[in-house]
Amino acid sequence: MNLRGHAGRIAALTVIGTAIVLPLVIFVLGPNMPPGNWTSAGTSQVFDNTVLLVVMTPFTVFILVYIAYAVTVFRAGPGEELRDGPAIRGHLPSQIVWLATTTAAVLFLAIFGSAELLASNGSGGGSGPNPITKPSGAVLPVQVIGQQWEFTYRYPTYGGVETAELVLPVDRQIEFHVTSLDAIHSFWAYELGVKADANPGVDNIAFVKPKKQGTFQIRCAELCGLWHGYMSDTGRVVDSSQFSTWITQQQHAFTSVQRYLPKYATTYSPDPEARAG
Amino acid sequence: MVSATAKKLVAVACGVAAVAILIGAYVTFLTGGPTPYTIPTANAASGRSANLTLQTVAAVGSKLAPNKNWVSYLVRENGTWHRSTVWTLPANAVVHVTIYNYDGQSGLRNPFLAQPRGLLDGNTFRVDGKPLKVLDPDTASHTFAIPALGVIVPVLGIGDDAKNQCEYAPCEESMAHETVTFSFRTGKAGHYRWQCFVPCAAGFYYGFGGPMQTIGYMDGFVNVV
Repeated sequence: MNLRGHAGRIAALTVIGTAIVLPLVIFVLGPNMPPGNWTSAGTSQVFDNTVLLVVMTPFTVFILVYIAYAVTVFRAGPGEELRDGPAIRGHLPSQIVWLATTTAAVLFLAIFGSAELLASNGSGGGSGPNPITKPSGAVLPVQVIGQQWEFTYRYPTYGGVETAELVLPVDRQIEFHVTSLDAIHSFWAYELGVKADANPGVDNIAFVKPKKQGTFQIRCAELCGLWHGYMSDTGRVVDSSQFSTWITQQQHAFTSVQRYLPKYATTYSPDPEARAG
Repeated sequence: MVSATAKKLVAVACGVAAVAILIGAYVTFLTGGPTPYTIPTANAASGRSANLTLQTVAAVGSKLAPNKNWVSYLVRENGTWHRSTVWTLPANAVVHVTIYNYDGQSGLRNPFLAQPRGLLDGNTFRVDGKPLKVLDPDTASHTFAIPALGVIVPVLGIGDDAKNQCEYAPCEESMAHETVTFSFRTGKAGHYRWQCFVPCAAGFYYGFGGPMQTIGYMDGFVNVV
């Protein structure tokens, strides 16, 4: 069989394989992609991950089909002389198909990714101190302070109270201000779909809107020293009345230290000379 | 006559075995860690309890560590001070902690940590016998914290003008120091890290390196059993 014949069979098998796998990817695998549908950012990431899977499915099927076809059809028989196949170098149709396909995939991903970032206000990622897009309506600002090796949280709209636990009200737009007061950390609230670097002297803003109540895991996602692996926490999403009760309790519990806290600012920069060694 | 191929195979097998033994020993050391010091437990009708007595020093000295100028915690074992930061504590017990701090005041980077958490007696701790709810963060020298148990306590440092300051550990009680006492409940069994939250490593970048990043000085483990 000539090269065109082999290519045609591989192409046909790829199309058939893709037609079989694609519905499974879209309807079975996709909806279960991480991080889940806890938040608006999480839902956006599930959709993005599903689209990425859809894009990579034909390529993956093609590679698997090609390997299986080569192993089956091009296998040397017993006693058969070992010889190379026809050179594909300089084969214009193959080059055109390969370049056109990969260019289309890369361009699509670039345009789709940019559009998704804009449409979902950063999709849970840190957007720096001046995000290009912001959600409309009121937001609840929450500052996340990374330090070796614990996260603490400040609520500027509640007198700047600082807490050791992260509690968020459900169905409210949250505006995280992620920063650090020592090394580089990364605030990763997995189920919320939020991952934002915590850099000293930088206000890294990330948006999220929790859609259901429960607990979520918080981890540092940037190697930050000896206890990086222990720098984890459990946060909670609660209803608005529970949140009001909790924040009042926190204000009461931390009254003693409140007078020592610096005035709320989007970054936290202690004097290194006075605060070290 | 042993063939050259057989010799090569034996050599490769020996090499693989040697590497496997080294990896195994390394993993065993990492997972096992230093030998923990078991804090004696007292059993009474009111429940189990233990006394943990610590010393914090600005320079550990050459008798106790190869890095004589590193800041360090020490633990008192049977009346003698040792540089050990891995301790075994009883589960569901009250632990009474006494810290003799001989180090100066370097201040907390985050003043929020000046208020203790996770303690008995309504989160009250005592400095030289005086009950406190919060410490001026500028006067802190170190903290003692077991984050997974929610325990954190700031430790008052001695003043710059204090007389008879300790140069190298172990320090005597007659030397300038502050005494911090508090109690907490251990809860369920587990393996927890403890640490100091003050970047107190003099001579390192912003105080973050050396003894702050090395178990055996300002960090360690608590085995609750």
